[in-house]
Amino acid sequence: MDNLKKTPLYEIYPKYNAKIIDFAGWAMPVQFESIISEHEAVRNAAGLFDVSHMGEIIVKGKDAFPFLQNLLTNDLSKLNDNQVLYTFMCNHNGGAIDDLLVYKYSNNYYLLVVNAANIEKDYKWMLNNAGIYKVEIENVSDKIAELAIQGPKAEEILQKLTDEDLSQIKFFYFKDKVKIAGVECLVSRTGYTGEDGFEIYMPNEHAVTLWEKILEAGKDYGLKPAGLGARDTLRFEAGLPLYGNELGEDITPLEAGLGFFVKFDKGNFIGKDALLKQKEQGLKRKLVGFEMIDNGIPRHGYEVHADNQKIGYVTTGYFSPTLKKNIGLALIDSKYAQIGNQIEVIIRNKPLKAVIVDKNFYKKNYKK
Amino acid sequence: MKVLEGLYYSKDHEWVKVEGDKVYIGITDYAQHSLGNIVYVELPEVGSELSAGDVLGVVESVKAASDVYTPVDIKVLEVNNSLVEDPSLINNDPYGSWMVIAELKDKSQLDKLMKADEYRKFLEEE
Repeated sequence: MDNLKKTPLYEIYPKYNAKIIDFAGWAMPVQFESIISEHEAVRNAAGLFDVSHMGEIIVKGKDAFPFLQNLLTNDLSKLNDNQVLYTFMCNHNGGAIDDLLVYKYSNNYYLLVVNAANIEKDYKWMLNNAGIYKVEIENVSDKIAELAIQGPKAEEILQKLTDEDLSQIKFFYFKDKVKIAGVECLVSRTGYTGEDGFEIYMPNEHAVTLWEKILEAGKDYGLKPAGLGARDTLRFEAGLPLYGNELGEDITPLEAGLGFFVKFDKGNFIGKDALLKQKEQGLKRKLVGFEMIDNGIPRHGYEVHADNQKIGYVTTGYFSPTLKKNIGLALIDSKYAQIGNQIEVIIRNKPLKAVIVDKNFYKKNYKK
Repeated sequence: MKVLEGLYYSKDHEWVKVEGDKVYIGITDYAQHSLGNIVYVELPEVGSELSAGDVLGVVESVKAASDVYTPVDIKVLEVNNSLVEDPSLINNDPYGSWMVIAELKDKSQLDKLMKADEYRKFLEEE
């Protein structure tokens, strides 16, 4: 673990019995108590996640808006100040370089929150595509820590620590310089679990204080520290993609079923031609949800078969803690993608039966 | 981590309990703890003959699948289907959750396994 990057909370993990794993070069807690109990805490009460490994990149300057409008697939022109937008950054083939959140302060100041594994790659891609745009791009990832409090009790717990009326921060909006337990933070009503909740950004040196104050404030509400294990099962049940599984440079947002975040009518952007062509020609493969009929747990990378041939592979699969079923997401030949179709997942060399279902396994519980 | 006296232990964290010519085989407290919540168990067919080191079954946690090996040559006499129905039994009571009851083919193989105190030492080094 010595050569891994560490978040400001690393030192206090032992106090919470964290089990540490290598995640994209970071020493991160996969669980504290157990994945299932943390998962259930988030669905029924609240969980607190350390997600300080996430990257933050500031884009500012006169041309910040046109630069990002060209760089990203979603339409920033409709974005209000203090609003957050989910979008892709694509390569010229339409493959996803990353999926990210854009926080708009103004037309000439934005904060981008990117995946930990992609920080350097994204930053370089942005610099290489800055061209004639008058922008400053600053990677501030190493200075900023991020906590996520997620679950139906998240607002009530966090409200105890601030005078700011959190109910005024609407879904996918943020407020900067909110004092939480005396620390100035950026707070957004966003998350990656399918539940209501907040993501909180602060300078590294305040992360431990905030972590401890929030846990203290939530102790009568069933708040638990939660690890990346539960974060993955939660996002998966809610049908939210994970970069590296459902998305990648070789998987386009259209194939992943996320065309809603690609706006062809906004003008030019990187990857548009390739994506438009893919849309016009029809998708050769699609991301689908499936439920096992035979008993077995599908896992990332397992082959999917139909008509005695390989038609794709599992991108994520789990025993779902909420639904108590073995379910998965798979990228397969579009021919077989209809809901109700039967497929086979190859588990330890055995073809096991499964059926295609809606990939939003769990109905999101957002407060809008 | 709990280690019971009177059982034999393998380096892969299986336990073996001997009763006459029969053995009970399961995974240790250390194993269930390392895996975390166990959500799936696969067991061999009754009657199958397995050599030491062969795959006896599979246990899957939320995150991953792991093979379980038989530490001794056996013929499977009985499998514990209650573990298939409720895999969390292994988390709650690893030494009560035998996976198979089997005929022990060669008693001398037990000498190659660890006793409780040796296994405790082994765990300290893990």
